[in-house]
Formats: sequence, C-alpha cells, structure tokens
Amino acid sequence: MTEGSYSTMPPTTSTAFLKAMTAVIWKDLAAEWRSREVISAMLVFALLVIFIFNFALQLDAQARAAVTSGVLWVTFIFAGTLGLSRSMAVEKDRGCLDGLLLAPVDRSAIYFGKMLANLVFMLATAIIVLPVYSVLYNTNLFNAGLALVILLGAEGYAAVGTLLASMAVQARTRDILLPILLFPVALPVLLAAVEASSGFLGGAAWAEVAPWINQLVVYDVIFTAAAFMVFDFVVEE
Amino acid sequence: MLRDLEFQAAEGEFVAVLGPNGAGKTTFLRILASLARATLGEVRIAGYSLPRQAAAVRRRLGVVSHLPLLYGDLTAEENLRFYGRMYAVEQLERRIMVVLEQVGLVNRRRDLVRTFSRGMQQRLAIGRAVIHDPQVLLLDEPYTGLDQDASHMLDGVLRQVTGLGRTVVMTSHDLLRADALAGRFDVLSHGAMRASQRKADLGEGGVVEFYKEAVNR
Amino acid sequence: MGNSVKLATILDIGAGALLAAATGLVFLYAPVEQVMGMVQKVFYFHVATAWVGLLSFIVAAVAGVIYLLGHKPDWDVVEMASVELGMVFLLIAIVSGSIWAKPIWNTWWTWDPRLTTVTVTELIYAAYLMLRSGIEEPERRARFGAVYAIIGFISVPLTFLSIRIFRTIHPVVVGNSDPSALGAFDVSPKMLQTFLFGLLAFTVVYAALLWHRIRLGKLAEKVERMRMER
Repeated sequence: MTEGSYSTMPPTTSTAFLKAMTAVIWKDLAAEWRSREVISAMLVFALLVIFIFNFALQLDAQARAAVTSGVLWVTFIFAGTLGLSRSMAVEKDRGCLDGLLLAPVDRSAIYFGKMLANLVFMLATAIIVLPVYSVLYNTNLFNAGLALVILLGAEGYAAVGTLLASMAVQARTRDILLPILLFPVALPVLLAAVEASSGFLGGAAWAEVAPWINQLVVYDVIFTAAAFMVFDFVVEE
Repeated sequence: MLRDLEFQAAEGEFVAVLGPNGAGKTTFLRILASLARATLGEVRIAGYSLPRQAAAVRRRLGVVSHLPLLYGDLTAEENLRFYGRMYAVEQLERRIMVVLEQVGLVNRRRDLVRTFSRGMQQRLAIGRAVIHDPQVLLLDEPYTGLDQDASHMLDGVLRQVTGLGRTVVMTSHDLLRADALAGRFDVLSHGAMRASQRKADLGEGGVVEFYKEAVNR
Repeated sequence: MGNSVKLATILDIGAGALLAAATGLVFLYAPVEQVMGMVQKVFYFHVATAWVGLLSFIVAAVAGVIYLLGHKPDWDVVEMASVELGMVFLLIAIVSGSIWAKPIWNTWWTWDPRLTTVTVTELIYAAYLMLRSGIEEPERRARFGAVYAIIGFISVPLTFLSIRIFRTIHPVVVGNSDPSALGAFDVSPKMLQTFLFGLLAFTVVYAALLWHRIRLGKLAEKVERMRMER
C-alpha cells in the first residue's frame, strides 16, 4: 500500500481549509442535534434570566420598554457564555482537541469551524428567546434592524469568546474563568448592541443608529482577525 | 522531562517503547505525534521534519492515544466520516466500510459511540487512526482499561492493521502484550533511552529479563 | 551581577529623588487653583498614575507579542511584571480620581469615558492574573498570558470609543457642573511644568519598580525550573 494512499490534499489549500472548517461545523451541529445539551442549557438559562428580570425589576410597561434591549443582551451574553464553555469542554474532555490538531489542516480552520458553530448556537437561542419575550411582555420584537444587531453582536462575541473559551477550558478554574476573561473585553459589543437594539426598537432613524452599527462591524472585523491569528498559539505547544 | 533522547525506526518496524510510569513515554509519543514540541533537537518522520513541515507529517501519521478521541454523540460511521473529511480522504464512504470491517464494527456502525464499551471505542479509535492509511502509526498504551476479551480483540485488529508495511511505535507497560506484537523493544526510563534490542536478539529471559536489566542500569 | 545591581540602585535613587522633587513642585511651586482649591492638586498624581497604568499595558502587550514570536521566558516575566504594576498604578489612579470627584461634583464616581475605561482596564488586568493562576504548566501559562494581554490591549481603545459615543448621546449632568469638562481648568505655565514633571517622575518610578519586579520574576522562574529538573 502506498503512503497515505487514501489521503490526498485537494488541489488548493483553500479547498482543504473550507472542507475542514465545514467538517467541524457539521460535526458540532450534528452532535448537538443528538444530545441538545448545549442549546437546552442556553435556552433554559435564558428564559430563567428573563423571568428573573421581571420579578427583580418590577417595572411598569413603559419602563420595561426602555430596558428591553438591555435585558435581552444581558441574557444573550450570559447564555452565550454557557454555550461557549460547553462547546469547548466537549473537545477537551475526551481529548478530542488532540484529534483535531492531528489533522493536516490549518489551525484557523478549526477556529472558524468552532466559532461558526458557536455563532449558530447563539443565533438559535435568540430565535427562540425573541418570540418568547414578545409574548411574555407583549412587545413586538420582530424587527429587521434588531435581527441585524443580533447577528453582528453575536459574531463579535463568538469570535472573542471561542478564543478565550479555548484558553479557559485548559485552566483549573475553567467554569468561572470564561466570563471573567470575556466580559471586560466584550464591553464594546454589549454597549453598541444595546444601543443599536434600543434604536431600532424605538423606530430611530438610520443616522442615529449608524455609529453603533459601525462600532459593531469594526469590533467584529478587528477581533475576528486578531482571534484567528492568535489561535495557533493557544492550541499548539 | 526528556533529555538526550535518540530514537530511530525503520520503515515497517514495530517498536515497543517500554518503561515505568512517569518515564516520559507519553511525552515522547506526543512529540512524535506533533502535539508537543521538543525544546531542543530534531524530529523527522517519513522524511519530513517537525515542526516546519507539520502538515506533511500529519498526513502520514495515525495516532491512538489512551483517550478515544471520539465524539460520543455521533455514530461510529459519523466519527469516521468526520475524521475522513479532516484528512481529505478520497472515496470516503468505501474507505469507511473497509475500516469498519477491519476493526469488526460493521454491525454497530449506526450506533452512538457513547453506547460503546471501552474495548469497542478503542477499536474504533484505531479505525479513526488508519482512515487515511498512514505510513506511521503511533499507539500510546492502547490496552489501558481493557479486559481480557477486549484485549484479545485488539490484538487481532492491531495485527491486521500493522502488518501492511506500516511503521509502528507503541508505548506500553504491558510486557507480554508488547512481546506478542513487536519486533523491537526500546526501554525509556527517567527521560532517556536506556536500551534497545530486536526481538530476535533477546536473550534467554526474553523481554522480561531484558526490561528488568535495562531499568536497573 | 555587579553592574545591574549598580544600575538598579541608581534607578532607585533617581526614582525616589524625582518623586520627592515632583511632590515638592506640586505643593510648593504650582499655584493653588482658584475654583477647586487644594483638591485640584490630586490631579497631578491622578493623571500621572493613570498614564503609567496605561503605559504598563502597552509594555505588557508588546512583551506578549515578542514572547509569542520567540518563546523567550524573559519576555513573559516582563509582561507579567508590567501587568502587576499596572494594576497597582491604575488602582491609585481610580482612587485619586474618586477623591477628586467628591468635592467637585459631590459624587464618588462618574461614568465618564476615561474613568470607566481605566476601570475596565483594571478588570482586564485582574482577569489576566486569574488566568495565569489557573494554569499549572509554565509554558502554557506564558503563552495564554501573552494572548490575553494582546486581546485585552486591543479592546481598550474600542471600549473607550464606545463609551465616548455613548456619553455624547446620553450626557449625564453630575452635581451642578458639566462633567464633560472633566479636567478642564485653566492651566498656567507653572501648572503645566509641574504636571509634566510629575509624569516624568512617575514613569521613572514605574521603570524602577518594573526592574525590581522583573528581577524577582526571573529568580522565581529559575527556582521553578530547578525544582522541575530535580
């Protein structure tokens, strides 16, 4: 049998990259579909948080309208942390991260695969949380602008979060470490997302919301680039 | 910690690396597997050097660790398919069936790996390691946690899989098992290679004597 | 060893002298500001320590990059030393800022962009130290520290900008004066000189402390290595 006769690299490395990345995304989504561990944890947590806000803040309808975007984003941030942690823990616990690193692919393919899978989890959570919130508090959250903000915000959060989660999961204090590492660094996303969300929900003009959208885009670009450049150093010894 | 370590394996050789716990066998294997970096020195596998030509090395390398490196929520088939994709294996579906047959898991291919016994997981892990038909196979204590029956099955699988001109390096603290499979024995103790002997050249006491003597040196 | 000890002593004496001189300037040379009175003098220390605290981050991030590129443990020591010092200096800056705010605006805290960003930076420092303390292997600890130092450093300007935009949209009136005028008072030439001298003095103090901390770090690392090799 000739050397590695069944394994050949596709003609271009970018094809190899895409192939590996989609394999990772597919693997994460398929495994999650079976167990639904990550999504259910995120969902239950998110819904609990929304409930708690109602009782903790005791707001009338008008005050509630003012804090809707804040409540939503705090919920997403916290639930997102859960998802990021669990997604990385799966790789660490059964040694699977080694399995990924043994493959003859660029490490960034692994990073983008995990990051996009995490993004899907966050968006899936949002898709369920929004209607529930709408029903519970009798507000209409079906807003194209809001959807855009959620997409941009989740991307930035997932980009940094995946990187930091891959570090946190290797530390002794892994469960509490991720939020501590992530929150201070994700503040610009949180702020911009809350402001932009309020803007869209309140029917503000595009010019008003634009600086926040720009902020989100800038953050997304900078941190996605930084994270994938630095990911190699986190996983390779 | 490893120091002053020299190691060579010729194509097609089956080398068992023996040694007490904490000797550095796992670290040694991880360096060969490109998962850890040697602070000093050179590593070359199949003509390619680490870490610069890591991708080329990895394509030709299969690794079985004592952790299964499998996803419990996926089926056996899906696990192999995933790794096959990561290695860009051609004619993947056919290859998956071939490998499943080799490791005796064709009947369980649609079952979730988390329902597998440890022995079955280990067999599937070997399948995962050879899905891309690597030149070199590295095994780190593959018999850990297996009962007699499972070990016996693993013997069979390993014999099948390693008899095809593959170079195999296996670490083990189970001398008898190693004796059954390997053609050469190296002893790693306190971070250095203490002895190396081909099976044919072993003295009267066989592997056991050779090992005892090497460790006590 | 002799030379570096000599250098360290010179640095120490220099730092001490500069600090004493700066304090002297603050209390004896610079005029008392007419609106705020003596409290304004906190300003000299507040800005100088904040500046040093942020400088530490620059040093740490650069050291992190150099470490990742070359894997020389010395740069990891520089990085951690800088973060530790930065944490102390920023704490002084935050507290002194509070002391200044209370008599001026009758509040201990203002959510203005600079103060908030400085506090967030402090939190990032703390997170950095927690990350390091949660990892056993020295090599991995160094690598992760460098990564977080870089990521944290990149986030600080973004945080500052976003809070600034936030504050222009939601101006908050604190007390009975306009907080966007934070730090705005007429600066006479004497004040400026004192202020700049203060910056210099604190930078030298930082350098001296950094030197000592680095030396300490290198020794600690040597001990750890020797223990592992046993």
